[in-house]
Amino acid sequence: MGPSALVGWFADIGLADRLEVGGKGGSLGELTRAGIAVPPGFVLKTAAFERFIEALENESPVRERVESLEAEDLGAMTDLSARLRARFAATPLPADVSDAIARALEELSNGAAQSSVAVRSSATTEDAADASFAGLQDTYLWVKSVQQAQDRVRSCWGSLYSVESMSYRRKRNFKEKNVAMAVVVQTMVDARTAGVMFTRSPLTGDRSVMTIEGSWGLGSAVVGGEVTPDRWVVAKITGEISVREISTKLIRHVAAAAGGIETVPVPVDLQRAACMSDDEIQCLRAIGRKVERHYGRSQDIEWAVARGSEEILLLQSRPETVWSVKESAPVGRAATDPSSHVLSIFGGRR
Amino acid sequence: MNALIKPKQFPLPSSLKVVPGTERAQAAYPYYTQFSAADDERFWFYNSMHFPEPMSAFDMVTAEAAYCALGAVNTRVHCLPTTLGIDHRIINGRVYIGGNSVTDPAEIAIRLEEFKKRAFYYYDNWERLYDQWRAKMLKLIEDAQSLPKPELPELEPLANVHAGRGVASNHILFDTYQKTLEGYFRMWHHHFEFLLLGYGAYMTFFEFCKKAFPEITDQTIARMVAGFDAEIFRPDDELRRLARCAVELGVDKSFQEHASVDEIIASLKQKGEAGREWLKELETSRNPWFNINVGDGFYHYHRAWNDDLSMPFASLSAYVGRLNAGESLHRPIEKLQAERRQIIGDYRELLATDDDRAAYDQMITLAHRVFPYVEGHKFYCEHWYTNLFFNKIRQFGGLLAAHGFFPDAEDAFQLTHYELESAIIDLMNAWSTGSKPRGPEHWPQRVAERRAALAVWAKHATAPALGAVPDVIDDPAIVMLWGITRESLDRWLSADSGPNQDEIRGVAACRGVAEGVARIITTVDQMSRLKKGDILVCQITNPTWAPIFDKIAAAVSDIGGSMSHAAIVAREYGLPAVVGTGNGTTRIKDGQRIRVDGGRGVVTILH
Repeated sequence: MGPSALVGWFADIGLADRLEVGGKGGSLGELTRAGIAVPPGFVLKTAAFERFIEALENESPVRERVESLEAEDLGAMTDLSARLRARFAATPLPADVSDAIARALEELSNGAAQSSVAVRSSATTEDAADASFAGLQDTYLWVKSVQQAQDRVRSCWGSLYSVESMSYRRKRNFKEKNVAMAVVVQTMVDARTAGVMFTRSPLTGDRSVMTIEGSWGLGSAVVGGEVTPDRWVVAKITGEISVREISTKLIRHVAAAAGGIETVPVPVDLQRAACMSDDEIQCLRAIGRKVERHYGRSQDIEWAVARGSEEILLLQSRPETVWSVKESAPVGRAATDPSSHVLSIFGGRR
Repeated sequence: MNALIKPKQFPLPSSLKVVPGTERAQAAYPYYTQFSAADDERFWFYNSMHFPEPMSAFDMVTAEAAYCALGAVNTRVHCLPTTLGIDHRIINGRVYIGGNSVTDPAEIAIRLEEFKKRAFYYYDNWERLYDQWRAKMLKLIEDAQSLPKPELPELEPLANVHAGRGVASNHILFDTYQKTLEGYFRMWHHHFEFLLLGYGAYMTFFEFCKKAFPEITDQTIARMVAGFDAEIFRPDDELRRLARCAVELGVDKSFQEHASVDEIIASLKQKGEAGREWLKELETSRNPWFNINVGDGFYHYHRAWNDDLSMPFASLSAYVGRLNAGESLHRPIEKLQAERRQIIGDYRELLATDDDRAAYDQMITLAHRVFPYVEGHKFYCEHWYTNLFFNKIRQFGGLLAAHGFFPDAEDAFQLTHYELESAIIDLMNAWSTGSKPRGPEHWPQRVAERRAALAVWAKHATAPALGAVPDVIDDPAIVMLWGITRESLDRWLSADSGPNQDEIRGVAACRGVAEGVARIITTVDQMSRLKKGDILVCQITNPTWAPIFDKIAAAVSDIGGSMSHAAIVAREYGLPAVVGTGNGTTRIKDGQRIRVDGGRGVVTILH
């Protein structure tokens, strides 16, 4: 199997390749193609996962056992999850997969010293194009060596057999043979500031505003709710910032020397300072509009600004799912006599 | 006392006392404007938006004429279904107003059918009726301009006698006064002919936007509707034009900062042809565009630029300086219009359904249709006409002063319009009988005590509202014209007990954050206290204060909504502004450092 069958660079893939690169990988490729800056990286395609699981299946069945689980039988599910994840950890990667990862990492670092990478699960299924698998699979940050990266790839694959993930699939009756896992490997951003952005209001569903939250350090502190982030509401069209809440940010997440993340205090002079300037908020707004236009629907975005850099990078963008599924009833309708609209003001108690 | 447990009630009208020593001045206001016991049953609020200072006896004619016309149009002409007119009362020179709602569903239903026949006709024929309106207003202005100067010759001129005119000059005096007064009342009817319908069409679009885009800001909606070429912007545009003329003609050196009007004109006259040319251009601009008052036009002392050139000349010098510094004073109207079209289109695209888009199209079309009136009428009514009116009364004041009724022509404004008529009749009689008028014995003392009372009242803060707060403010006139809602009243009531004593909330009128020294300006003549970078804190800002907008860092007002003209002009100047704070002028102390966040509508007192 040639390397391109196993590895896809962001610039070469898109959402149409979802079955090979997963939702997350396809989305990062799509963003790259749309001209949005994302941390550079590649996807280890589902073919690699298939090669690995084929070896496991040859020893004893995997997918068949998952599919035979009752969705409600948590005991059996927990039991099976533990056994499968142990098997994943104990089984070495096929040599060509292992090589492909090492070569791609070398190309990613482009001759420089190996930089840290994020290793992210990117699951996919043929059964439902919009299955998000959101938050069900593992992500590993600040992975430092090739060896670690290879181990984390197996961990990601194994997370497809976590209790939550299997339960999610059983409840939806997905065919196990159609479920696979790609893995995104991406340069870590040593974030000065990071956060999230919704391209519509999470509070009211208003499509005309974007809500941005951000804090010092890595975005994990914001996503994990460990800090009250600064918050902005910005008009999508005019750029007017209607809400600017600068909070007291006591802690931030930074990369730990040994790999992974550690929590450190925010220096006093930064605690009450805005973590993004108004100009940066406007840049984010422009990026959000571009992404939203590209996908044609509201997005839920993770972003970061690297230390010593001005550039805003998108770490992830996925469709907003809360308001989008609500059927919105029209607020108004055309009237036979347009003047009659004014009765909403003059016509009596509303 | 626990400030948090406050009844949801303002003081009753009966508990509001006339300031001791001013009782006689209070009694001068007509009986029907005095609070009575029955008024305790109703809700009233202080109209500090239109009448921020105590009103002299004559100036109350503006409240009377305006509410008379507003009420007639609402109650009997367009038949607004849920509201009649607005009553007014005067105490300590302050004007309190209260709306009359229609609450009986059967009556609302009857009025609704009438409203459709009347108001919808106006919407359908808006352009034609508005063209007609402008012609009517210009005719009314022309009539007022052609009224004779009030004078009483020693003997009737021979020409009048030979012409067989048959009425003597004293009758002409009486006739002129009555026509002057009649014209003012008529002007206010014209003023309200379209006003509520115009605001209503705008509010319809506004509320639709708020439903479709719950987090859209007021000023964004205003930007979608506001025009750029309304008459109210013309005076300032003329100043920009004159500044360019001065530079092009090479007479810009005459416009030194701090030079007086006389010095500038004298210097121009020494500049030969170019100077004369510029002065010709000035005359072109003055008629009619300098007929703009430095205030809202509701007080006799809100003089027009034409009467006091120091205001426009101060900004002229500033504009010349900016041109010489390389700045362009050009207002890019086409660019602004293109931006407006873009915003309207982009919001349209965000709407969820085709139904919404169809409704949006209809509503914004209607809003654009009515808006030239909403923006334009003020120049003709509150400025041009009002200025003619007060100047005519001033001429009567001059005549009466010359006959010893009081020391100064301006004293005429201490008489009610009834009293002024009686003084004129007194003079008319005396001229005809050849005896002395009685006025000189009667008026000087009254004028003096009323002037003294006005000074006392101005120092007396007054309650923002009186009586029990209604459950809902359902009167579209009050909501639209004064921005008074249940929420704003609650904010006023809790003003002294909020969690943050240093924070004052109002309506976000123009985004931007500024810090500076607060200057509390309650009368027009205090404006000279403003230094560069100060923050103006006032009861209401006025668009004709535009020249000082170049100087100040931000503006805060007690009253006003995001559609007030002040808000529109603030956006034009990019000046951070928070309006409708309720009591900014009393909570902020002169000289304090404050921060104005015009995007959030928050003013913070810094220590």
